[in-house]
Amino acid sequence: MSLVTRIFTQRAHSSQLSRLFCLLGVVSIAFLSNLSLAAERLTLTGSSTVAPLALEMAKRFEKNNPDVRIDVQTGGSSRGVNDARVGLADIGMVSRALKESEQDLTAHLIALDGIGIIVHSSNTVKELSRQQIIDIYQGKIRNWADVDGPNLEITVVNKAEGRSTLELFLHFFELKNSQIRPQVVIGDNQQGIKTVSGNPGAIGYVSIGTAEFEHNRGTPIKLLPMDGKEATVKGVASGEYPLSRPLNLVTKAQPEGFAASFIEFAQSTDVLDLIENQFFVAP
Amino acid sequence: MIDRAFSLGIYAIIALVIATFGWIIGDVIIKGISVVSWEFLISEPEDAGRAGGIAPILVSTLYVLIIALVIALPLGISAAIWLAEFSQNQSHTLHVGIILDVLAGVPSIVYGLFGNAFFCIYLGLGYSLLSGGLTLACMILPVFIRTCESGIRSVQSDWRLGGLALGMRRSVVIWKILLPAAQPAIIAGLILSIGRATAETAALLFTSGYVDRMPESIFDSARVLAVHIYDLTMNVTGGDETAYGSALILIVLIILLNTLAQGFIDSWFKRSGHYR
Amino acid sequence: MGALSFVCAALLCLILGFLLYESWSLVADGRWLSFFSQTGWYPLEGLFGMTPMIFASLVLTFGSLVIALPVGLACAIFLEFYAKGWVKKSFQSLLNLLAGIPSVVLGLWGLTELVPLIGQIKAPGTSVLAGAVVLSLMILPTLALTSYAALTSVDRSILAGAQALGLTQKTQILAIAVPAARSGIMSGVLLASARALGETMVVLMVAGNVVQMPSSLFAPVRALTANIALEMAYALGGHRASLYVSGLLLTIIVWILAYLASYLFNKGRTVSHD
Repeated sequence: MSLVTRIFTQRAHSSQLSRLFCLLGVVSIAFLSNLSLAAERLTLTGSSTVAPLALEMAKRFEKNNPDVRIDVQTGGSSRGVNDARVGLADIGMVSRALKESEQDLTAHLIALDGIGIIVHSSNTVKELSRQQIIDIYQGKIRNWADVDGPNLEITVVNKAEGRSTLELFLHFFELKNSQIRPQVVIGDNQQGIKTVSGNPGAIGYVSIGTAEFEHNRGTPIKLLPMDGKEATVKGVASGEYPLSRPLNLVTKAQPEGFAASFIEFAQSTDVLDLIENQFFVAP
Repeated sequence: MIDRAFSLGIYAIIALVIATFGWIIGDVIIKGISVVSWEFLISEPEDAGRAGGIAPILVSTLYVLIIALVIALPLGISAAIWLAEFSQNQSHTLHVGIILDVLAGVPSIVYGLFGNAFFCIYLGLGYSLLSGGLTLACMILPVFIRTCESGIRSVQSDWRLGGLALGMRRSVVIWKILLPAAQPAIIAGLILSIGRATAETAALLFTSGYVDRMPESIFDSARVLAVHIYDLTMNVTGGDETAYGSALILIVLIILLNTLAQGFIDSWFKRSGHYR
Repeated sequence: MGALSFVCAALLCLILGFLLYESWSLVADGRWLSFFSQTGWYPLEGLFGMTPMIFASLVLTFGSLVIALPVGLACAIFLEFYAKGWVKKSFQSLLNLLAGIPSVVLGLWGLTELVPLIGQIKAPGTSVLAGAVVLSLMILPTLALTSYAALTSVDRSILAGAQALGLTQKTQILAIAVPAARSGIMSGVLLASARALGETMVVLMVAGNVVQMPSSLFAPVRALTANIALEMAYALGGHRASLYVSGLLLTIIVWILAYLASYLFNKGRTVSHD
């Protein structure tokens, strides 16, 4: 085939390529024409524990107020505090009580959550004392046999730096993170449940509601009581269970406009089913 | 005898590879198939992703991909043409090549860090489809340029010279001869990039964000499929079923694109064989 | 148009620039030495020791290569010398399929299937071994397909000569074909190791994330990439800066790898030309 015919037969291909470019151009113009959107926007950032709940509340709120858009981004409680303080977010999500140094912010309680110690369901241990838990987490007790359990090495599951669950746990047991000798470090809640359910010797701490849910659907984990108090959602609700925390929305000043109405909505009875669905306790 | 053992060893390893592969795919299919349905593809996620579908997430995934391609494609092809055709300075071309190789090897999470610092914060785009798309564009550009460049280089030089001898302008030679001839390589590179971009999790976690609502503009934050799977497995209790369902959809999506790439590469070899 | 290729150079500068810019608060006041001297990683307590994570990244990458290289070579040899017709075609598309599985899905599989299995041998299961195995699955297609391409391009006359000398097939393959294809295989290895080094989701999900020097195959470790993904969303101030330092370190390691690749490639070429 001569070069000239080659060139002519190739024309079709070349026009295909230019068509592709045109298509991309059109798509990008379509994007640009889309830029001017005038909906009111609320940004929420912070705790990954609160995020799924806030997301569901936001969806319902958007349904009632069609001209509002609520963006929920995860990132941990200290991120929530920081973003609300510097104005990056309208509302911060914080899964603990505000600290002394954070009193410039206003907290709005939306739900309660308990943190429970979980072990594999095949573990025969019924109860651990505070000191035993501290010793296990510090690596002083390395075998379940030392706490009347099976002869099995203990796998200590800890949370990664920056999580408020970790902060709360450390605060409750008066530990420093550098004193803990973990075998597994996890990020989010569900990774903890997966890790413990896959390992007969593991011990970890997660949100009680989610652990209860997983236990009831047959995942091989069980919650241990704390200070003799059963780790149940009921115990958290009644305030009997000692290791619990408030889930807060925080704002810099008194909220106004849609931020105020969203917070009011999040504290109203309209969202009780959502709180329950995300395994938390309504305050 | 040794020959026999060697062959047996090879076959054993092949069997192992196939078995492991079957295990992974089987696992995803068995656990995921029950939630996949037409309804799953076209409805919104509910209850933090435990129920409902993945429609907005699929749309966001495609949005991010298209933004990345709109930027990477023209830029990448132009750069490849320049590298293969215009650059006179050998050492210069070599250096750009090395830089591209470094960029191609930079971990996706580093692109995520960069995208977060540059697009989200410095340029003020925030968590958005645009930030995610731009970050992905940076990520796929080096590999795309390299593939295109090698495609253009491999075009026989008598075609080039023939075109010039016929009195065609250089730009015409490039547009009418080189690009059509290198088109399969360009498309292969394109589809490789699509595969990489579609499966990306780490870089998008910090740039396009977490919101699972149907995106309304490119400044909206949105969640892509890979991030959705990650969130469902690691953060959402009871999200495993929909996670496996989404994983199945993601694999099917990528297989579709891969098959497309394979088809183009095959046709390329057939065609170039024909002319040789 | 020449300007466009500078875009690439500019991009690299921009990336490095922003990594430096974000990590500057830690690097500038001379604390960067402590990244290597301190042993613990407790950023909220001001301890930023990164050596264990650098080491863990390298160990995981090396481990995945140790597993994937022989298997990948075997796949390549199978494709080139054993498989014919539809078997060859379907095995090739199988490798392509494997290449198409997103890493987050591999991680999911590793976490729910492989980790409990390893945990039965020795707790906790999330370990160097689990990380290396799942990573090796991820890089296997790359290794197999590049090695196959390298084997295919070996001069047929060399193999014909070997056959004429009466060498067994095993000797033909291992002593003639594979060495002749080594520079192509080598570049595949470097490509694969860059991918393994940069992989985030897999190591985050299955390697255990404990910051420590691995004492055995069953010890959990945290790679540099996993560290970024795990803490980035939660980090502020110095903590955030230290994660950008991790990113900078990763880029530098990749840089060294790319340099090594071009060096080995050129060296391999001159040797085979002799």
